[in-house]
Amino acid sequence: MQRIPILRMGRFLLVTIQVDMHDRLALALQDDLAQAIVRHRARGVLIDISALEIVDSFIGRVIGDIAGISRVLDARTVVVGMRPAVAITLVELGVPLPGVTTALDTERGMRALERALAEDAGADLA
Amino acid sequence: MAEMADLGSLIAGDEEALLDDWMREQLAATTLRRDLISEPDLRRQSAEFLRALREALERGAPDDLSDEAWSDTRGVLEELSRERARLGFTPTQTATFVFSLKQPLFALFERRRAAGDDAVDPLWQATRVLDRLGLYTTEVFQRSREEIIRRQQSELLELSTPVVQLWDGVVGVPLIGTLDSERTQVVMEKLLEAIVDDEASLAIIDITGVPTVDTLVAQHLIKTVSAARLMGAECVISGIRPQIAQTIVHLGIELTDVTTKATLADAIRFALRRLGHVVRPAEG
Repeated sequence: MQRIPILRMGRFLLVTIQVDMHDRLALALQDDLAQAIVRHRARGVLIDISALEIVDSFIGRVIGDIAGISRVLDARTVVVGMRPAVAITLVELGVPLPGVTTALDTERGMRALERALAEDAGADLA
Repeated sequence: MAEMADLGSLIAGDEEALLDDWMREQLAATTLRRDLISEPDLRRQSAEFLRALREALERGAPDDLSDEAWSDTRGVLEELSRERARLGFTPTQTATFVFSLKQPLFALFERRRAAGDDAVDPLWQATRVLDRLGLYTTEVFQRSREEIIRRQQSELLELSTPVVQLWDGVVGVPLIGTLDSERTQVVMEKLLEAIVDDEASLAIIDITGVPTVDTLVAQHLIKTVSAARLMGAECVISGIRPQIAQTIVHLGIELTDVTTKATLADAIRFALRRLGHVVRPAEG
């Protein structure tokens, strides 16, 4: 079965969705990511969806779930590069992804992750 | 349809005199707009209409105006109504053009009858035809007006939602006028596209020019803010007037997740600070 690759970059995991998401692929990604976070003890997950043109409520929910799962495993999730049409669809579907951090592009997403980690570190010390 | 053809030949027999009478009638009428149309133009239009009418009648055109035989007459009237709608005539002034033909036409019948020609009495027929043609001008008039309104509406929609770049990475939409679903859609799409194009991480929606905010408008605004957030841009809503702030609270609209500022200046200050800029007076 086709799988979406999960790349490891230091303390972060990088997922780039380059194909059309269908339901089983989305669930497989959710599963793989949960395991990868634990295995690599990742602190942050960056999901690039700039190539994603079509979403439905299920995919929207899976993205939200992935964020929730990583939070439980103590990793931050940032979704980057969402297209206007996708954003409008998700809002109209009533899936505005609460609790998910978003960024315009990968670079800003990385910065957001690093900033969040620095804040966490500060909180741990305090 | 022998009566129609009779009416046609009746007009044909006296077309010049009828046109002269009709012109006199129109020039004397209070509904004539000399400021908008010149006498030669009016005469040309009248002659053209009279010719088209006579030809249609001679061809034995039926009562029904949608018939092929009337197409020429309809064409003349359509052009006339459209032009008058553009020039600023009222519907009455436009329809009177046709109705004013009645008096000289009836006078012509009278003269014919006095001369002993009482073979036909086309009075009723003439009234019916002219009434229909007159109403037709009103119809076309209204249609061309509606076209103008529709065009202006779409232009307004485009013009009233400019997305401007306020700073590197900051875009703004000054909203003016009532927000409905259609406009919100346009605003949302334009704003999101601008966010992508300008790589803007902050968007300011200024609602100073929005007269009222009800639950529906608020919902539209929240949708736009959520969509921008999904793309990774933060939205600030500014220009909330005291009256509107009260309405928002009284209606129980939840704007807690949205950054709101009283004025556009506050929003710009907020945006600059968020981007790490400091604004201070020049020294000296």
